[in-house]
Amino acid sequence: MRADRPRTAGRRRAVVTGLGVVLASGAGPGALWRALLGAPPEGHRAVTDWDPSPWLDRAEARHADRFTQFAVAAAESAVADAGRPRTAPDTAGVVLGTALAGVGTLERQALVRSERGDKRVSPFTVPMIMPNAAAAAVSQRLGRRGPCRTVTTACAAGTDAIGEAARLIADGVCDSVLTGGTEAALSDTVVAAFRNMRALSSAGRTRPFDAGRDGFVIAEGAAVLLLEARDAAVERGARVYAEVLGHASTADAHDVTLPLPDGSAAARCMRLALRDAEVEPAAVGQVSAHGTGTRHGDLAEARALTAVFGSGGPPVTSAKGVTGHAFGASGAIEAVAAVLSMAHALVPPVAGLTTEDTELGGSLDLVRGAPRAWTAGPVLSNSFGFGGHNGCLVLGPPTT
Amino acid sequence: MADGVFEAVAACVVDVLQVPTGKVVEEAVFTEDLGATSLTLVEVVMALEEAFGIDVPEADVEAVRTVGDACDLVRRLS
Repeated sequence: MRADRPRTAGRRRAVVTGLGVVLASGAGPGALWRALLGAPPEGHRAVTDWDPSPWLDRAEARHADRFTQFAVAAAESAVADAGRPRTAPDTAGVVLGTALAGVGTLERQALVRSERGDKRVSPFTVPMIMPNAAAAAVSQRLGRRGPCRTVTTACAAGTDAIGEAARLIADGVCDSVLTGGTEAALSDTVVAAFRNMRALSSAGRTRPFDAGRDGFVIAEGAAVLLLEARDAAVERGARVYAEVLGHASTADAHDVTLPLPDGSAAARCMRLALRDAEVEPAAVGQVSAHGTGTRHGDLAEARALTAVFGSGGPPVTSAKGVTGHAFGASGAIEAVAAVLSMAHALVPPVAGLTTEDTELGGSLDLVRGAPRAWTAGPVLSNSFGFGGHNGCLVLGPPTT
Repeated sequence: MADGVFEAVAACVVDVLQVPTGKVVEEAVFTEDLGATSLTLVEVVMALEEAFGIDVPEADVEAVRTVGDACDLVRRLS
């Protein structure tokens, strides 16, 4: 997506100028970074003691599902982090990802209906559970009147949303886009369903790429990035965290929950994203893996990475050992983690990884134990979702 | 009317619409004075049904314009 290269002539560059994070580890990118360098907690990562009152009054909060509340908080925080730039409403967009949207509200209202009858079901149920509720609330509250979209490619949604947002800037449709992902799916029904499909770690620990991995823990929260057209951001003297260099998506066309075993569609997605970014595989400085700690998922991703990079590829990390799996928000959380990794010149280790699974082939340079110093370069961030969705994003450090 | 209905209705209105108690007077129009929307007005009626153990027919909901209307409705159905 770099406008200074021949193939992409005329496409505008999209840079990251603001970060907003709401997670179990706390609010703000700093809390996420500290968590990534610390010991992983056990169990699901609920945002405990969540208080929406700094962003929504009581009536507003009652009419917004948690996934919308998290998104509003993260979006407003990202705008504040960017120094509240003046934005022309008509070219200000919103693109958010979510997988399970207002499932918590649907569960509560189903119980209300079952226990107390049809007449007690909230008239706000539909506008609370709809997947676009979060993006709509962000658009409404911040007066952003350009494209307002919601991406629902399951666990690839956060990554795909950022890619789509960068494209809106590249194509000249938007000058500014709030983008990322949000999820609040720790409802009893969802937890039971994931447990029954054997996706959750029985030990309550996500151990990406480890021989003893047995699934993930569920996280809730949101991460939102403010993207701006690079020229305008530079002109206003914005702090530029990173640049969105490229994105691609592909589909497995294979199975609803199991990945294509050879990882070929995921590998093709990585190659297409790198091509979009005009970055050679050898120039990639870090892979932020999807790495959910499931048997099949990590194996397919390892095969895909090996197909793209061979042996001697870039350092590979996965944030999920610390963050847990926030589904449609995960790609956005990991994009923020990648940006922070550039700023701090450190690649966080894969938390929970002690013994690498030999079945993975041994060609991945997994960062383990301690963070690794690096010179910031392009980061390939992978996300894969139920339905066979593959999303890959390439982020780069700011250039002068 | 000192039957306690107004006080109980006002409590529901304050809770649902999150407005200051002082604004909830008999003449207050739900939409214009108290910021209610068609959906929040449904919520107010649901709260009244809950509080007074009544069942408000659909047609009566549409006739409720002011806090006084809501009080009259409650008295009629209780």
